[in-house]
Formats: sequence, C-alpha cells, structure tokens
Amino acid sequence: MSTAHAEHEHHGAPSGLTRWLFTTNHKDIGTLYLWFSFIMLFVGGAFALVIRLELLEPGMQWVDPNFFNSMTTMHGLIMVFGAIMPAFVGLANWLVPMMIGAPDMALPRMNNWSFWILPFAGTMLLSTMFMEGGGPNFGWTFYAPLSTTYAPASTDFFIFAVHMLGFSSIMGSINIIATIMNMRAPGMTLMKMPLFVWTWLITAFLLIAVMPVLAGAVTMMLTDRNFGTSFFDAAGGGDPLLFQHVFWFFGHPEVYIMILPAFGVVSQIIPTFARKPLFGYSSMVYATASIAFLSFIVWAHHMYTVGMPVAGELFFMYATVLIAVPTGVKVFNWVATMWKGSMTFELPMKWALAFVILFTIGGFSGLMLGVAPVDFQYHDTYFVVAHFHYVLVTGALFSIIAAVYYWLPKWTGHMYSESLGNWHFWTSIIFVNLLFFPQHFLGLAGMPRRIPDYNAAFADFNFMSSIGAFGFGLAQLLFLALIIKCIKGGEKATDEVWEGAEGLEFSIPSPAPYHTFETAPEVK
Amino acid sequence: MSVRKLKQAAIALFSSVLFMTSSHAWADKVLNMRQGVTEVSQNAYDLHMVVLWVCVVIGIVVFGAMIYSMLVHRKSKGAVAATFHENHKLEVIWTIIPFAILIGLAIPATKNLLYLEDTSDSDMTIKVTGYQWKWQYEYMDGAAEGVKFFSNLDKASNDARQLGSGADVSKLDNYLLDVDNSLVIPTGKKVRFLITSNDVIHSWWVPDLGFKKDALPGYINESWTKVDKAGTYRGKCAELCGKDHGFMPVVVIAKEEGEYNKWAADQKAAADAAAAAAASTKDFSKAELMARGEAVYGTSCAACHQANGEGTGPFPALKGGALVTGPAAGHIDIVVNGSKTNPLMAAYGAQLNDFDLAAVITYERNSWGNSASIVQPKDIKAAR
Repeated sequence: MSTAHAEHEHHGAPSGLTRWLFTTNHKDIGTLYLWFSFIMLFVGGAFALVIRLELLEPGMQWVDPNFFNSMTTMHGLIMVFGAIMPAFVGLANWLVPMMIGAPDMALPRMNNWSFWILPFAGTMLLSTMFMEGGGPNFGWTFYAPLSTTYAPASTDFFIFAVHMLGFSSIMGSINIIATIMNMRAPGMTLMKMPLFVWTWLITAFLLIAVMPVLAGAVTMMLTDRNFGTSFFDAAGGGDPLLFQHVFWFFGHPEVYIMILPAFGVVSQIIPTFARKPLFGYSSMVYATASIAFLSFIVWAHHMYTVGMPVAGELFFMYATVLIAVPTGVKVFNWVATMWKGSMTFELPMKWALAFVILFTIGGFSGLMLGVAPVDFQYHDTYFVVAHFHYVLVTGALFSIIAAVYYWLPKWTGHMYSESLGNWHFWTSIIFVNLLFFPQHFLGLAGMPRRIPDYNAAFADFNFMSSIGAFGFGLAQLLFLALIIKCIKGGEKATDEVWEGAEGLEFSIPSPAPYHTFETAPEVK
Repeated sequence: MSVRKLKQAAIALFSSVLFMTSSHAWADKVLNMRQGVTEVSQNAYDLHMVVLWVCVVIGIVVFGAMIYSMLVHRKSKGAVAATFHENHKLEVIWTIIPFAILIGLAIPATKNLLYLEDTSDSDMTIKVTGYQWKWQYEYMDGAAEGVKFFSNLDKASNDARQLGSGADVSKLDNYLLDVDNSLVIPTGKKVRFLITSNDVIHSWWVPDLGFKKDALPGYINESWTKVDKAGTYRGKCAELCGKDHGFMPVVVIAKEEGEYNKWAADQKAAADAAAAAAASTKDFSKAELMARGEAVYGTSCAACHQANGEGTGPFPALKGGALVTGPAAGHIDIVVNGSKTNPLMAAYGAQLNDFDLAAVITYERNSWGNSASIVQPKDIKAAR
C-alpha cells in the first residue's frame, strides 16, 4: 500500500519511448492523438495533391485511372478517419479534463488503448496500396457492389482497418462521456460547462450510436465477399441500396461528428477575443442537440437520385433544410457575441472568424444541395466536392488549427511566432479559396466528381483549383515549422495566455503541469 | 427574361470580382448551372437561382454585420465590451425568420419534385442499361421498337485518353463527351427511360435534360424527358463505377419526328443485316474475322486488357496468355459466359452476336504474336 501511495505523489513525466507507449496521462495521449492526426493530414494531403496533379490539365498525364480511384478513396478515408476525427479526440483529451476540473480521463488505461489502435489501423489501411490488385478504389463511401463483388483483394484489409478505427472511436467516446458525467469539479453543473465540453458530449453520443452501424455495414461486406451471403447482391436476393441506407445512416451523423466539436472550439475562442461572454449559451446547447437529433433523420438526402419513392424524397428534403435553422442560430449567436465587443485579432481569432465565414458558405451550398429537384443536377458533381470541402476543410480543419493556436501556449508554455503564424494564415486563406471556390463552377458546368480526366471546357477552373491545392498544401509546412519552433522555445506564456481568457484551463500554469486538478477546484 | 439576364450578369460580375481575374478569360467560361432544353432543367435552374439569391441576401446581412462589427467594435479603436449575453426576443426572431424562408423554398421545391418524378402518360419507352463502362439502349416501343445497341466512348477520345498518349486533348472538340452510337430520341415526345445496370451502380446524366438517375443492378428506375429543340446533348456517368468511370459519356440526339422515323428505319435495316451475318453458318476467312475482331476488341476488350494485349493491374495479359493460346473451347467459354472466379470478366455472350464473338476471339488468338486456331460463328453457336 505504501509504495502504491508513493507512486501517487507528484511526479513529472517519465522519459523515453515507454512514456508514450504506456502513458495513461490525458495530456500525453492528447499529444499522441494530435501528432498522429497531423501526420495523417500530410499523408492524406499528399494523396490529394496526386489527384490535383492529374487534374491540373486535361488529358491523362501521371497516373492510371485505377490508381486515381484509389487516391480519391484513400484521401477521403485518411482525412476523415485519420486526420479530422483523431484531432478532435486529441483536443478532447487535452482539454476536457482541464475544462471541467478533473485530474484525468475517467478510464485512463482504455484511453491508452484507444490511441494505440490507431497507428496500426492506419498502417493496415495504407498498406493496401502496396497489395496485389491495388488498394481500395471504390470511393470513401464504398458503395456495394463496387466494393464487394468487384473490389480488389485488399478490401478485406480495409474492412479490418475500419473495424479497428471504429473500436478506437467507440472507446474514446465512452471515455469522454464517463469523464464528463462523473468527474466534473464541484459546482461545475452541466449548464456551466464550456461549450467545447458540451459539443463533445453530444458528439460522443453520436459516435456511440453510429460507429456500430458502420461496423455492421463493413461486416456485411466481409461476409458477402468471403462467406457466400448476398446482403448487397441483387442476384442473390440482396439489395445494393441497403448498403447506401446503412452507410448514410452512419455517414450523415458522421459529418456532424466532425463539425460539432468545431462549433465548440469557435464558441470558446470568439468570446475571449471579443472580451464579451458567449451570446445565447443555452440556445447554443439546444441548437447543438437539435442538429445531433436531425442528423439521424436526413441520411437519404445523399440518395435523392437512387429512385426512392417521391414521398421519401419529400420527407428527407424537408428534414434536411430544417437543419439550416439551428445552424443559423449558431452563426447568429457568434455574430452577436462579436457585436459591441472589444475585439482583437490574434491568430486564434483570425482562424475562428475565417471558420465562421467560410463554414457559412459551405452551409449555403448545403442548403442548395438539400433542395431535392435541384440536387438532381448538383448530385455527384464538383459542386458537392466544393460543398463538403468548405465544411470540412475551412470548417472542421480550420477550427482544429484555431484550437491549436489558442491552446498551444498552454500546452508548450511558449507563445508561437506571430509573423510565421500570419504567413500561415494568409497563404492558407488565399489558396484554400482558390482551391475550392472554382469547384462550384465546375460542378454547375457539369463536371462529375471522381473522374481522372475531363474535357478542355473545364480546364481553366481545374488549373486554378490545382494551383490552390499546391499552395494550400505547402502553407501547412509553415504550420509544422511554427509548432516545432513553439515547442522548442519562445516568449514565455502567462497562465492566462490571452487577456480575459475564461475557463479552468487558464487558471493553471503554462505549460500545464503533468498532473492538474488532483484536488478538485471549486466552481462558483 | 430580362430579369434573368440581369441576374446572370450580376452573378458573372460577382464571381469575377471574387477571383480578380482578367476579363478576357471569362468570355466563354460557364459560371452558372446550365439552363438546358427541358422544362425540368429550366425548373431546376430557376429554383437554383432562387436559393442562390436567398443565400446571397442572408450572406450580405450576416457577413455585413460581422464585418461592420470587426471594423468598429475593436479594441484598437477604444471599443469597450458590452456585457449582454442574451436576448430572448432576438433569438425567437432569428429562429422564426429562417423557418419561414425555408417554407417559402419548400413549396416550389415540392412542386418541381412531383413534376420531375411524374413518368405517367409517356409516348415511348427506352431501356437504359449501364455496363462497365458503356451504356446500352433498347427501344421498347414506337418506330424504333426492337432497336438495341451499345454506346461506347468514341475512338478519338479513347485513343487520346490513354496514359502517356501525348495527344493534345484541347484540340478534340468533344473530348470524353462523344460516343460511337448516340441515343436518338424524337422531339416533342415524352420519352420514358427505364434505367438499370448489369454490374455496378452507374448514374445516367445529361445536364441539359435536367436530371440524373442511378442505374442499379436489380432495380429498374424510371425517369423521363421531353425535348422540344432538335440538337445534341452531352453528359456523363455520374456515379463512380470503377476504373473507367470517367470514360463513359452519354450523348442524346433529339431529331424531328420525320428524321427520327428515318433513323429508326435505318437502324432496323442495319440490325437485320447484322443478324443475318451472325446467323450465317458459312465460314469466314481469317482476314474477315481479324478485321471485324479488331474493331470489336477496341470497344469491348481494350479498356481492361489494353490495345497491346498486355493487360493492366487486375486485368490479365492476353498476349501469350495460356487460355488465349490454348484450345478454343476454353477461350470461347470465358468470353461467352464470363469468368467463374473473377467477376471483373463479364459474360459477353449477352452483349455480342455470334459473328462478333467469333471475330474477337479469333483476333485475340492471332494478335500480338499469338498464333492459335481461328473460331467461326458456328463454333460459338455450338458452345452457347
């Protein structure tokens, strides 16, 4: 007993590789998640650049169509499951315990396992590219029967990788829910929790609800491919449309899983730099919950053209456009928070404001896509590609970058380089719009998505888009340089970091000690 | 009409300001959705413009307030932060107004959707079947009843799109938007389409007709169009369907009724002649078979096995292949019935007639240095 007690005394981080392998510390695990997702961002980004290189000019110049298809597939899978989702889990690991005044996550050993599954799942997924017959080439939505009867042999490894990624997400979510429900400091009632914690709580429930659905979809694929079942094979009495319903029942909540924590991040940052409390806190919470609920009843808006009964199309159209209401409330609340504030524009604020504007543009195109009779034109074109990159890149990814700028001084104890950060911000903003805005025009003009070559009529906008892609990709190297520089040194950050920053994480020293809130703080 | 033109001009201006690009490049650039040639496509365009303008107005209000606040309410200008953080009246207003706007959009959207999906009272029916990677059209009734053909990417595009062909594709007018056999429909008639697939999911789309519809194996989807203006309308497969998804265009030619009837009669005559050739029990010379075989190989086989017979990725080489240079029976079996172990190899017995099958098999057995027996249509007939 006495030795066990001694181990609970204050101590710093152990050193060496074993620190990272065996760690149960939420800050270490958060760091692991964030670095993993950053590496995956560059891997997925490299795939995107292969796509944009082939599309730079009309004609087939660089890769064969099959490899092109596996690039679009792997780009999507790596960015969704490798970059965006783990980055948000990393932020949750770092921030949720500090924000609610808890010493660590509720289930620290499981936390370690949740992370360490990821590198293996990611490696397995990437290894398919080197297998005979090539990697998965059926798009990140892997519609049957292209992904079952007609898929390359490596698909079974893809299925296993998706299962492992799902385990990781489910365990991570259970941990976040258990932490938030049980480990809040005295006085930290639910309706006093920072918005980031609220959005993650709701996101975690979404994850637990839909990751098993994805697991079901890939398991049916597995048995269709290997054990003679015909879930998705019409010739055997199955139904290829069943796959799409199951996939999108997972897939639509999934896109909110990637955006709700982003709403939380932005709701933390804007009040700090407007020096004014968040406008409509409770309506923000209710709007988040409404969006989460609606996300379960809109899935078939991805399937307007599959030949659903018209009554079904109408239902899904009405439910879909309804999402604009709570999403609008959020945007209005952010603007009202800024209104009559006393604003400064440090880098986290710049990224958060870019998020609000560009995510809203993605929301507008989302509303347009929701209108079913017009979607019969937009569907499966570059208009859709433009839409979801506005919400996922300038939405989810920008919020993650904003979060890193906002909390990096708390994590490292140093302020980042302002000039490097400004270069990163302005080059990113210019190139990301050059990359994605022309894709709206391509889609409207009739360019389908997932094609490796196109008519010369689409050449100019594709050229612009590719230039934007290379610029945006290179700009992220500035971000990498900035982070490394900030870890190594820099101006000392204060405990509060930002003038007027609220929240328990800004009441502890910078950098945050290895163990925090071993005695729960009192929240008034 | 003039309002529409004005709107177009405004959109073009708005977009070019956004990009700050030189004006000359914009003359022939399409920025907006195509208006197309049917009522459905016009409806889609009109509703698209309505939603776009709703978004533009909301955007101006929201971004305007944001930018005003960013300029005025800044610390460097001495702004002191207010402390308000709630206003129930405001929150109710900005929940109700968007809701009302959405109802305003839902009404025309519902009307358009019901019209788009109403396939009743059609004048004729055409069955559209997606294959990896071509379309098959079958006229179910009317002047062209019984006419049935495949529609492949045209040869000029197909040659130019090969990796490393070095072709200047900007010189090809309808690069990747042209086919060997176009779908021909009469103007002024409501044409119903029955859309299905033979393998994976495809999606049949012509922007100028204003809709796309997925082609699913095991399902027969319905759709319709009515084109009043004669002309050629081009589109593409819109659903990822494998390796050559980008290379299966759709071309629809709308002809005046008289011309359409003439076309239908020509097609029927040609089909009868081809059927007679296929049914013939006579033996063809190797040269005849090779000549026909090369053409069939180009449209049906080269996409996977490659023009040089060397295959690519999961598609095996035919050059020197054991099956192809072995006894004819095995070769005929895999081409006619497809592969039992590899679903990527389709059953061409359902797609080609006996003469074409004999020709292409002979071609494969005697090209790229292969030297094996020739195959006659009667051999195919016996094997079926």
